[in-house]
Amino acid sequence: MIYAKLFWSFFQVGLFSIGGGYAAIPLIQNQVVDMHGWLSMSEFADVITISQMTPGPIAINSATFVGIRIAGLPGAIIATIGCVFPSCVIVLTLAFIYYKFRGLSTVQGVLNGLRPAVIALIASAGLALVELSFWNGKGISGNFQNLDVFAVIIFAIALVILRKWKVNPVFVMLGAGIIGLCVYPMIL
Amino acid sequence: MKKDMKFYFKLFYSTLCLSAFTFGGGYVIIPLMRKKFVNDYKWIEEKEMYDLTAIAQASPGAIAVNAAVIVGYRLAGFLGALITIVGTVLPPLVILSIISIAYTAFRDSLIVQYALRGMQAGVAAVIIDVVISMIIDLFKEKKVLPVGIMVVAFIATFVFKINLIIIIFTSGIIGAFAIYFSKYVKKSGEVK
Repeated sequence: MIYAKLFWSFFQVGLFSIGGGYAAIPLIQNQVVDMHGWLSMSEFADVITISQMTPGPIAINSATFVGIRIAGLPGAIIATIGCVFPSCVIVLTLAFIYYKFRGLSTVQGVLNGLRPAVIALIASAGLALVELSFWNGKGISGNFQNLDVFAVIIFAIALVILRKWKVNPVFVMLGAGIIGLCVYPMIL
Repeated sequence: MKKDMKFYFKLFYSTLCLSAFTFGGGYVIIPLMRKKFVNDYKWIEEKEMYDLTAIAQASPGAIAVNAAVIVGYRLAGFLGALITIVGTVLPPLVILSIISIAYTAFRDSLIVQYALRGMQAGVAAVIIDVVISMIIDLFKEKKVLPVGIMVVAFIATFVFKINLIIIIFTSGIIGAFAIYFSKYVKKSGEVK
């Protein structure tokens, strides 16, 4: 039953992505690319690119994109509901607890432990994207023949610009897209 | 505040607009919500908004959705939460539906492929930039345990491909134990 699978996958994404935004990326990748093969890694990278340029949370964007491609509009709606359902339940429960026992230290402790783990997960997903971009999905394994040197250059320049001048990421991505559009037709 | 149709419509419309124009991640929506609901409409007090923000950030899931749920619930109970959720989810649902339908044609175009390839390198840089900032902040705390958790979690996921959910659970439990342990140490110190 594809609807149930979609619901359950995005339910897990909604339930375990703690810290918002980027924290959802490794979980979505895990569910959508690694476990179910609904998207290829390159399609997944496109979804992230699109998500960064359109409004709305990455998780909801991915749920819609995957849902519609796997099971049409009902699939998109079911995946989205799956994604927001845990949030609703947990936020409402936490709000209730919060007003009853403000500043519970166990909750604080759990959050302290989660934050570094979430950083590690985002780092890992980020490296998977770097790998995809540098080798254009042709596998890493130290093979420098397939290395897309130009992608490495764009990556390095973009990273320097982001670190040094804190430019809005949307502009950096658009710039990278325009450069790709100008240079790839000449070298491919 | 009167809870008539006009109020519900205003609640729906304002969350819809907030969601439709929030580019660049969930954290952006929180100051915008604060401006709308605290400063413009005066529906929520400044101090309470801080508490609601903390809950939205501490909960799993998209921050924009969490913030919408809690604001909606605070203002008009379950119906309010339902209205704000639909308002928040609708813009990305519609936009991504349109994009995904056009995606195959979009993807097969050579021009788009070149642009996407450039953008993939850009997105990778954006994410690595976020990671670098997070790691720097973590090191600034000068605590061994968080850094240890980060390194072990990274090896577990990147090298050994251990299930993410197990990693998240384990690190949460370690964090909870650590806080009890530190309290215990403090207490026994006071006794002496």
